[in-house]
Amino acid sequence: MSRQVRHSLLRVFLANPLAISGITLVGTLCIIAVLAPWISPYDPQAIDTWHILEPPSAQHWLGTDTLGRDCLSRLIYGSRISLLVGFVAVGIATFIGAFLGGIAGYYGGKVDWVIMRLVDIMLCFPTIFLIMAVIAFLEPSIWNIMAVIGLTGWMGVARLVRAEFLSLRKRDFVLAARISGASDLRIAFSHILPNAIAPVLVSATLGVGGAILTESALSFLGIGVQPPTPSWGNMLTAGKDNLEIAWWLSVYPGLAILVTVLGYNLLGEGLRDALDPRSRERG
Amino acid sequence: MNLFIYFIRRLWGLVPTFIGITLISFFVMHLAPGEPMSIQADFNPKMTPEMRQRLRAQYGLDKPLYVQYLKWLKGLAVLDLGKSFAPDRRPVWDKIRERLPITLLINVLSLVLVIVVAVPLGVKAAVRHNSLFDQITTVLVFVAYAAPAFWVALLLMLYFGVDLGWLPISGIHSLMGYDQMPWWQKALDWAKHLILPVFVSAIGGLAGLSRYTRSSMLEVMRQDYITTARAKGVPEHEVVYRHALRNALLPLITILGLSLPGMIGGSVIFESIFAIPGVGQLMWTSVMARDYPVLMGNLVIVAVLTLVGNLLADIGYALADPRIRTGVQSDE
Repeated sequence: MSRQVRHSLLRVFLANPLAISGITLVGTLCIIAVLAPWISPYDPQAIDTWHILEPPSAQHWLGTDTLGRDCLSRLIYGSRISLLVGFVAVGIATFIGAFLGGIAGYYGGKVDWVIMRLVDIMLCFPTIFLIMAVIAFLEPSIWNIMAVIGLTGWMGVARLVRAEFLSLRKRDFVLAARISGASDLRIAFSHILPNAIAPVLVSATLGVGGAILTESALSFLGIGVQPPTPSWGNMLTAGKDNLEIAWWLSVYPGLAILVTVLGYNLLGEGLRDALDPRSRERG
Repeated sequence: MNLFIYFIRRLWGLVPTFIGITLISFFVMHLAPGEPMSIQADFNPKMTPEMRQRLRAQYGLDKPLYVQYLKWLKGLAVLDLGKSFAPDRRPVWDKIRERLPITLLINVLSLVLVIVVAVPLGVKAAVRHNSLFDQITTVLVFVAYAAPAFWVALLLMLYFGVDLGWLPISGIHSLMGYDQMPWWQKALDWAKHLILPVFVSAIGGLAGLSRYTRSSMLEVMRQDYITTARAKGVPEHEVVYRHALRNALLPLITILGLSLPGMIGGSVIFESIFAIPGVGQLMWTSVMARDYPVLMGNLVIVAVLTLVGNLLADIGYALADPRIRTGVQSDE
């Protein structure tokens, strides 16, 4: 990528209002997650039985929960869980997807057929059913959740990478690499893959939002991140149980999920517009 | 190639996928650590090693895996999915069968809602590209995409159920006095209970489908035949709804087919929130109780339903687009 091209991509990206709002949201959330111990007004685990289920006030901006814990502090710490799950799960999914998709596209033939059938099969299962089935055997913990979301979310990336490989593998630079004696793996993953990175980056960014939504749904159902570790999903479980008496327990954690996922989706769309001229035309 | 041969070929192509589905469902359940009856065993202080062994034999768990798989597959062919581990020990298929209709009903209703609302929205946004209307729907779509469905459900319950008291917030019909109601009151009672679940399960689809309709319409509106139609003086309304929309809707058939697993998956969440006795709730309770036969049965039935849905979408596509069934490739 020449400097000029990079420069114009950056300009397209920065001229896109969606992308700007996306990067602002994501950036702010990352800073909040990193600075959590310094900016939370209270200890997120500190139980205060004298002040349970208090509505938002000057002391507790977002109120307190059933154990008198400060909701704002728990929300701030919850952002760490969401970001961690989002990045690790998508990392696993992207790694598996790029590997399998790359092999399928590079070798073609039987290998391609088998891998693509596996993709078809995996796509027949509702992801949440598959995740729940696996979770039923494991202790629900944040590490298992990340692994399972990653292991059930690689199919889209695999299809993307395969399609890119199919169009790239006949190019001259691949032939050149082969003539100079590079191994198959080397050609596939250090020569072809970098040329297919743009759509992978876009789908990974959008995937972070999806993974955060999945984690929150699982935690909400009680099979994700377990209390007392604060996660936006399990905070909403408490909201549901106290719907009639404590609206603030339901409203704010959901808003936090919405804003975070929105941030990643906007960023992903902005990247897509910047990297793929065709999508810009389509508007 | 006529439609019938196309259908047979598609059906044949699904055989490996079907076998794969059964294999994955089976091995997910059996390769995982932990014993299927460990919950029963762990909570029973009188459990001796001999009793454990007898239980294993009773469930066929002492046989080699491939024998268990073949036995399970043979049962699947006649919808015998084994018996639930729950104390009622009922056949798995009975449990799924009695819960399937309500889940399908809600999903079909929300699919209808999605199509009826999202397609016109997408068309309008595309026709008035970059207008205020287009921008507002774009923002709404982004928000709807990012909003967790279960949170929206909670907010709606809070507002319409708790604050206004207009709509019931759980179950599929009233508990008190339902049996004495005349049929029209029963129907009304059902409708009131179904409004929120149907709407909540439609949100994601609404956002997705209106977005797809919009971009598909934008793509089609740029084609030469649209210019031709306009040039020969076809009214704009007819250009949009007869020439453009028909072609723009083609890819949507496939997209609807692909969105099936997501919709059924969503059932887990809204059925547990609204206390609806459907397949999603069954899935959740069987996870909680580690009721393996029910889990496995659910997984395989839902995946097969998805497979059938995709096949129907393919056939719909072939019916709608002669290029597919005749095998003629269009040159882009």
